Amino acid sequence: MTEGFAAGARAGLPVVLGYLSIGFAAGVVQRAAGLSVAEIALLSLVVYAGSAQFVAAGMIAAASPVAAVVLTVFFVNLRHLLLSAALAPALARVPAWKNALIGAQLTDETFVVAWSRVAGGGALSAAWMWGLNLAAYLAWAAATVAGAVLGEALGDSRRLGFDYALTAMFAALLALQIRAVPARGRALAVAIAAAGLALVLARVLPGNWFVIVATLVAATLGYALERWTSAPKS
Amino acid sequence: MDVRPEVLMIALGAALVTVVPRVLPLVVLARLALPPGLRAWLAWVPIAVLAALTAAELGLQQGELALKWRELVAVLPVLAIAALTRSLIGAVIAGVAAMALLRV
Repeated sequence: MTEGFAAGARAGLPVVLGYLSIGFAAGVVQRAAGLSVAEIALLSLVVYAGSAQFVAAGMIAAASPVAAVVLTVFFVNLRHLLLSAALAPALARVPAWKNALIGAQLTDETFVVAWSRVAGGGALSAAWMWGLNLAAYLAWAAATVAGAVLGEALGDSRRLGFDYALTAMFAALLALQIRAVPARGRALAVAIAAAGLALVLARVLPGNWFVIVATLVAATLGYALERWTSAPKS
Repeated sequence: MDVRPEVLMIALGAALVTVVPRVLPLVVLARLALPPGLRAWLAWVPIAVLAALTAAELGLQQGELALKWRELVAVLPVLAIAALTRSLIGAVIAGVAAMALLRV
């Protein structure tokens, strides 16, 4: 149990590195938008969603109605439906209440770390997921509060390139995923389709919908290619 | 350091609408025996969502197409390290170092 927890926390190290920097930036931005340190801590602890907190801070600064902010956050975070569903088969043996706690802390980044373990043939346990989730959650909370408190004094934190950690992690995980799939051509086609669709759809769809739609279409393409090219085995 | 009532309401409302999509599929689908077709489809979701998120990081600025040359250059050592060593943390550190150098 404890071994799984510690291993999960260690696997979360790239996420922690990224969150320390992005979280710091999020704290600075939210403070600049007029939120108090206590409000920033509250949002980080109960919402725990980077892009949604950036968006909410801007809308709060603009004195948007509560319902409008909540609805926007809902749409920004709706993509978690897909991640949660994709993780479900790997956690089928975990009791529902534990899965509820695991899911409550699901993020893009913790999802891809967990998924890369599944794709590499490893098993997911509740303890491992909690280690990963808690490491990421605490890093996020600590970093946003630190950014809120220290941000103005420290100046530009982008200088050291830490804000690039999450981009680097997405790109590295994508490369590792494609490498891990036996049908590499198909995986590349899915990735190129998703990337191209995302870039095109971002201009026409509101909020983060382009991520959801690009993912749905590209995953369907991968499934269709699989069915057509390996129909007998499927 | 107060929490304004409207911010408290936003935090609680946002927490609710965030946690439901995070938890619901995991709790419901993990208990069902998913049809093989759906499982095969779901297996493509990670690559698709990662590619979409990576493309957004590398090619979008506030929702518009943008040529972010530093991000595009810095992704090369990331991909090289990931492909050659399969080390996630090594690739991330290479990317951060490359970005720091590019911003000097």
